[in-house]
Amino acid sequence: MAGNLVQGALFTVMVIRAGLLRDPAFDTELAEQVRRSPRFFKNAPVVLDLKAADGFGEVAEFAAAREILRRHTLTLVGIQNALPAQFEAAAAAGLASFAPNAREPSRRVRPEPEPAPEREAPAPLPPASPVGRTRLVTEPVRSGMQVYARGGDLVVLAPVSPGAEVAADGHIHIYGALRGRALAGASGDKDARIFCSRLEAELVSIAGRYLVSEQLPADRLNLAVQIALVDGRLTVTPN
Amino acid sequence: MTLILRVSGRVLREEARVSGRRKEEAFLAKIIVVTSGKGGVGKTTTAAAFSAGLALRGHKTVVIDFDVGLRNLDLVMGCERRVVFDFINVINGDAKLNQALIKDKRNDNLFIFPTSQTRDKEALKREGVDRVLAELKESFDYIICDSPAGIEHGAITALYFADCAIIVTNPEVSSVRDSDRIIGILNSKSRRAERGETPVSVSLLLTRYAPDRVTKGEMLTVDDVKEILSIPLLGVIPESESVLRASNTGTPVVFDGESPAGHAYLDAVARFLGEQRELRFLKPDRRGLFRLIFGRA
Repeated sequence: MAGNLVQGALFTVMVIRAGLLRDPAFDTELAEQVRRSPRFFKNAPVVLDLKAADGFGEVAEFAAAREILRRHTLTLVGIQNALPAQFEAAAAAGLASFAPNAREPSRRVRPEPEPAPEREAPAPLPPASPVGRTRLVTEPVRSGMQVYARGGDLVVLAPVSPGAEVAADGHIHIYGALRGRALAGASGDKDARIFCSRLEAELVSIAGRYLVSEQLPADRLNLAVQIALVDGRLTVTPN
Repeated sequence: MTLILRVSGRVLREEARVSGRRKEEAFLAKIIVVTSGKGGVGKTTTAAAFSAGLALRGHKTVVIDFDVGLRNLDLVMGCERRVVFDFINVINGDAKLNQALIKDKRNDNLFIFPTSQTRDKEALKREGVDRVLAELKESFDYIICDSPAGIEHGAITALYFADCAIIVTNPEVSSVRDSDRIIGILNSKSRRAERGETPVSVSLLLTRYAPDRVTKGEMLTVDDVKEILSIPLLGVIPESESVLRASNTGTPVVFDGESPAGHAYLDAVARFLGEQRELRFLKPDRRGLFRLIFGRA
């Protein structure tokens, strides 16, 4: 019973830099984003990144931030990169703490002789470990299989078959033929790229922009290429 | 009928002792699944020909029909009129193994294990199949599992216990894609995969290969298929009238000494047993073409 009391889970959460909230253009830009994909933003959780942010030492400032985001259908759930004073104010405003945060010794009930490893212990909190990890696949990705590198790059050392799907939040490298679908920047990173030794793809996509096989430039087929998003258009260039 | 069953039961027991001796020489019975994903590519033909080929090479072989409800193997093996008990009866404990096994009349090493035509795939209970296969391993060198098409329960059960898999593929894109899918399933859902053991040894058998149509670009080439599936090639079986004739007469095509397909299957069996054999029947048959053009004149 006790073992099931607390369970860990991983989530994707939007992060907004605190400084942006004071930018006059922020309001209209965010409104535009939300208008384009309302279902994605509806009641979505947001973490406020306080890195290099002035102020936010008062509960009221967090309440104001929460109100601004609420207007855009977003829900402020926590903070990260907080200084000790900001940390206290956020906690008082009922916001959760997402690693990393500046050390807050007074938070600890028991002073530990070795605080460093202890700090790592409450790991089930969201973005602690999976971010930035490269996923390596050495076997062929076969028809019907899906491989997703969450929060990082994907490297495949074998072909990707027709009917297979590879996706990554970062870049995708395929040292073999790409015959299935490849979706890089799956969480919206427009700088993500796709590299493959041989382009025979069914579909390629970066940050939601995509080309199906019949839209791929014919003179690039069967070549080693890289695919990037340039000025909002997918471009295929030989390597 | 009872007489035949009793005789074959006794033979089975005698041969079980022989194979028991062989076991002391550390020979482990192998379970081979013949599978494809797609239907109609030649799984049952291949299961019949391959098991007969292994038997001809002196290995005690049983071929099991996993296509519950669409029983065909007994027809292709020409023993449909001798079926009394079946695989499902044995799984359910309603019959003994040696009551259901049918001994081939052409080769003493070959046994057919028919399935039920009246039941459905749900009758293939994994524990029961495991028990039956374990019992067969006691007395056979090779156990060939003829898988149903698809990727559902029947096909998964047929491949679950396999040590080796023969992927039957036709040289056309839909067959290749389905084969690719089934290889992925072998790599993730077989018992070897679940237990993290040495993966199932997978090899490709390209069937219904028509060299003249390949030359015309109407069919994929051997190299195309090999490249997409990236697994070792066990053999190429040419499209041949003799295959249909073999099915209809209930004679595995390897028993037809005239058939190019039969020879190609025997080559594949030899490669499976570790021999080097050059690929044959990859080029259009010149002589045949000549006959076609001039033969009528």
